[in-house]
Amino acid sequence: MSLTPTASQTLGPFFNYALPFNADLTGGGKAEGRRIFLRGRVADVNEAPVRDALVEIWQANAAGGYAHPLDKDDARPRDPHFSGFGRVLTDAGGGFSFTTVIPGPVPFEGNRWQAPHVSVAVFGAGLLRRLRTRAYFPGEELNADDPVLAAVPNGRRALLVAEAEDGGYRFDIRLRGDNETPFFGD
Amino acid sequence: MVEYAPYPDATQPAVNSERYFRTSQLAPSQPFVEAPVTLSEITGPLFPREGVSPDEADLTGGGKALGQLMILAGQVRDEDARPLPGVLVEAWQANASGKYRHPVDGRDAPLDPNFVGGGRAVTDSEGRYRFLTIKPGAYPVPNSGNWWRPPHIHLSIYGYAFMSRMITQMYFPGDPLNEIDSIFMSVPDAGARSRLVAVPDTSVGLHEHALGYGFDIVLRGRDQTPMEDGGPAA
Ligand SMILES: [Fe+3]
Repeated sequence: MSLTPTASQTLGPFFNYALPFNADLTGGGKAEGRRIFLRGRVADVNEAPVRDALVEIWQANAAGGYAHPLDKDDARPRDPHFSGFGRVLTDAGGGFSFTTVIPGPVPFEGNRWQAPHVSVAVFGAGLLRRLRTRAYFPGEELNADDPVLAAVPNGRRALLVAEAEDGGYRFDIRLRGDNETPFFGD
Repeated sequence: MVEYAPYPDATQPAVNSERYFRTSQLAPSQPFVEAPVTLSEITGPLFPREGVSPDEADLTGGGKALGQLMILAGQVRDEDARPLPGVLVEAWQANASGKYRHPVDGRDAPLDPNFVGGGRAVTDSEGRYRFLTIKPGAYPVPNSGNWWRPPHIHLSIYGYAFMSRMITQMYFPGDPLNEIDSIFMSVPDAGARSRLVAVPDTSVGLHEHALGYGFDIVLRGRDQTPMEDGGPAA
């Protein structure tokens, strides 16, 4: 039997009292790897902040392993202190911030590798669907050969690479307009 | 192998919609990038049932909230109709007066001290979830002319993959506001809209206490991860 997926609907503005949030993926600093912040700002077409947007991230641990049964490779072991999942709400300035680690490279098909990256999703009032993107890290050699980054039009790839800042990285999300963040099909 | 095909377009809201005023500021103007689905997308956060207390599925403070008590119950399945155990379902909604327990909801309508307004549940070994709540009231959308949202319950669902993550809203059958609601009507396909409407189901209700509504959810994905009873296999 084949069923059709349920239609998504907008998040709406009135949810934050009802949902638990988790901005620290490192178990209070116990996870392996280089601890960083990943922060940014969600902005609209006028560069105005988008407050009360829900930002979710999903990533591999420092060894490149996902905390999931479909990823069981001993070369990239699980880290019991690293869940890989974070969820926060943007503040009045559209800002969000996670404490996490730099993920390791993740395998792709045919002995190829994906560059270290963080999967990012944005939900918000006024957005009828989830927007899905990825944050990459500057200076990673594997960026040049990453199969997902390669699918992004050449001139827009740099928009998916976070900027180094003291203690971490900045990944701004521009929903629309000049320098609009590339989003992936859902 | 797990497979996540793109959503059939007409069964999901358009990214941009003339019917929904804010999308002109927020929705991307560029087409989505078509990229391969990788290990990063077919994995996702998992939520063991032990992490969520059964009490969290009661939004009514033990039945004390004002309004018409109801049970919202349903089954979460994948596109192959396989039940999905161990799926986190989060619910939030307005109270019987159409008021949210949220500081931004500035409307002059009463809060109900006994109505929590939000809850969570993790699906059982048959993929079933169940909430005790009240039927929410309609509420006006600020600065929208005279648009009132029909009674609805917001639902957030995590499958086993980043690709199957979904947020939706459940509507009530027969409400005349449904057909004129810009958010409900943002889904082009009438069949897909009808599946956002719950079905009265006395078999899930509580006798002489709470009316039952059934609302089944289908998450994207085929040939899902093998699951141990009650949750994802480790
Ligand atoms: Fe609402």
